[in-house]
Amino acid sequence: MPIFPELRTAVRVETQNPWPRFLVDIASWRLAGAELAAGRWTLLGLWGEADTVHMAVLRGQNEAIGVLSLPCADRRFPALGARHTPAIRLERAAQDLFGLVAEGLPDARPWLDHGAWGVRAPLGRAEPVAEAAAPYPFLPAEGGALHQVAVGPVHAGIIEPGHFRFHADGETVVRLEERFGYTHKGTEALMRGADLARAARLAGRVSGDSTVAFTLAFARAAEAALGLAPPPRAVWLRALMAELERLANHLGDVGAICNDASFAIMNAHCAVLRERVLRAAAVAFGHRLMMDRVAVGGVATDLDATGAAAITAVVAAVRQRFPRLVELYDNTASLQDRVVGTGRLDPALARQFGCGGFVGRASGRDFDARRWPGYPPYGDLRFDVPVRAEGDVNARVWIRIGEIEASLGLIEQLLAGLPAGELRAPAAFGAEAEGVALVEGFRGDILAWVRLNADGTVARCHLRDPSWFHWPVLEAAVDGNIVADFPLCNKSFNCAYSGHDL
Amino acid sequence: MRRTLLEGLLHRPLSEPPPALDAAELEAVAQAVGVAARARLGRSLSIREIDAGSCNGCELEIVALNNAFYDLERFGLRFVASPRHADVLLVTGPVTHNMRAALLRTWEATPDPKWVVAVGACAHDGGEFAGSYACERGVGAVLPVDLFIPGCPPTPVDLLKGLLGLLKLSAPR
Repeated sequence: MPIFPELRTAVRVETQNPWPRFLVDIASWRLAGAELAAGRWTLLGLWGEADTVHMAVLRGQNEAIGVLSLPCADRRFPALGARHTPAIRLERAAQDLFGLVAEGLPDARPWLDHGAWGVRAPLGRAEPVAEAAAPYPFLPAEGGALHQVAVGPVHAGIIEPGHFRFHADGETVVRLEERFGYTHKGTEALMRGADLARAARLAGRVSGDSTVAFTLAFARAAEAALGLAPPPRAVWLRALMAELERLANHLGDVGAICNDASFAIMNAHCAVLRERVLRAAAVAFGHRLMMDRVAVGGVATDLDATGAAAITAVVAAVRQRFPRLVELYDNTASLQDRVVGTGRLDPALARQFGCGGFVGRASGRDFDARRWPGYPPYGDLRFDVPVRAEGDVNARVWIRIGEIEASLGLIEQLLAGLPAGELRAPAAFGAEAEGVALVEGFRGDILAWVRLNADGTVARCHLRDPSWFHWPVLEAAVDGNIVADFPLCNKSFNCAYSGHDL
Repeated sequence: MRRTLLEGLLHRPLSEPPPALDAAELEAVAQAVGVAARARLGRSLSIREIDAGSCNGCELEIVALNNAFYDLERFGLRFVASPRHADVLLVTGPVTHNMRAALLRTWEATPDPKWVVAVGACAHDGGEFAGSYACERGVGAVLPVDLFIPGCPPTPVDLLKGLLGLLKLSAPR
């Protein structure tokens, strides 16, 4: 039986690994839209090329992953967003970057293009235009004594830039609308023509807090395209770095969430633990954030005994200190008052948007790319994937607490079972090839799709941050909360700006 | 809670001594900042951080300056929430075209005298993003930069050295 029996007229593209890509006609594209709208499929990503639009989908409950490509010579395609809301921002971005037209898109405003590039459709026909920042009409809210609060792009804290437009009735938020694109750096354009090393460096700078996960996603996609198997030691070292990254981010964020509820002592203690993890990473791999340590075909750095000892020591320190902080979190009534019931994300929305990571898992969506579709070495390791159903700030904190414990266990297993051997397999080029990968970063699943030229340079690469499906539901989760709880809700999601804007 | 607080009182602080600045580093800062700045900088600086399109790596390390190991505020350096309260703008990222206007407006909102510190490889010359249709080639393309702290991202110690250099220059001789 075919993996996508719905797509009767589709033509399979033979050059893509490991999951199939199908060239489809408009009827099949619409059919896919209907499957998404009906909730039988989940959208994993949507991106463009000059005359083609692609979507990656997850069929059923973890049955299959596939990429559907609709050639659109006239640069028009039927918008999925007309029936499937999660596609809207992705289609707005595809319109901005490729000059494609999503016909019937309910929201036709530009998304990443603020009129400041001096070029229209930079990844499509790249027509020079005069810089003209057009006014951006925010969605209205109507009613009695509503007022607007405009926040950003420069925020009060040390965080990334973005704009939040609140409509509030007294203290209560009646509508939050986000506007992004401020950190758009044209990464996908810089990827075109880049060799694998340069492209990996760019992937590692899509979102600095997820540099290991993004480089790993890019490397796995490129390796799938090249039929390249990294040596076992490299596979295990990559997982070790990925779990250290997850641990550091979760530790920092648990403290920062409490700090946004004015409970500074948690932040102080969690920041100390995070710092210890980063220092161990620097000893072990030569860089605190482990940037540029994952490479296509393996890793760029080995782990020696000193590094392994530093990691063992930090795992012991977190195991000793963190449980007491969890107890403090759980037993502080004033803090619980702020986090319980705040910023609730409806499980139905989490399912519809295919929310990954702790955001999805705190709202009942039991998905973790390490477990399914899975990638080595996680099949050889034991770890729990915590899931809760409440969907509030508290649930997201508890998922992160659970994931900290899971990562500690994984790091211990990775150190104990680390195979000896080579660090890198050499790549051999020769033909155009495509690869796709799904990697679990600390925020959730990162999708990487890459097409390589015959000489091994990148023809096209698309990297989809988990935040594409988190930011829109944050707007819904904040609804009806007080304005003062927005930082708390926002931090509990901790979506990426740079990862989203790319 | 009580146990955690008590331990905090009884244990030695985690804060580490400031990194030593060698003469060459200090000279570099002195040249970058200039004589006028030396006279005007006090022993205390208010810093407004602006992300002008970074990957957030620099932000992670700047935030780390506030943790117990580095404890930035003991040196009289503090991050403020508004450019109107700031002496120093700490700018990261290559300056995306989409952030250019916001960066300029933030700079204009900062009262004189003010200094601009560009942080990280991107802020220096665009870094990996140099040549993109969406980016300037670093902060210097938009604002007068007084000091550059290199690194991708600079470590908290690198950041401390740069910022302490600024302070040290202004100390009475």
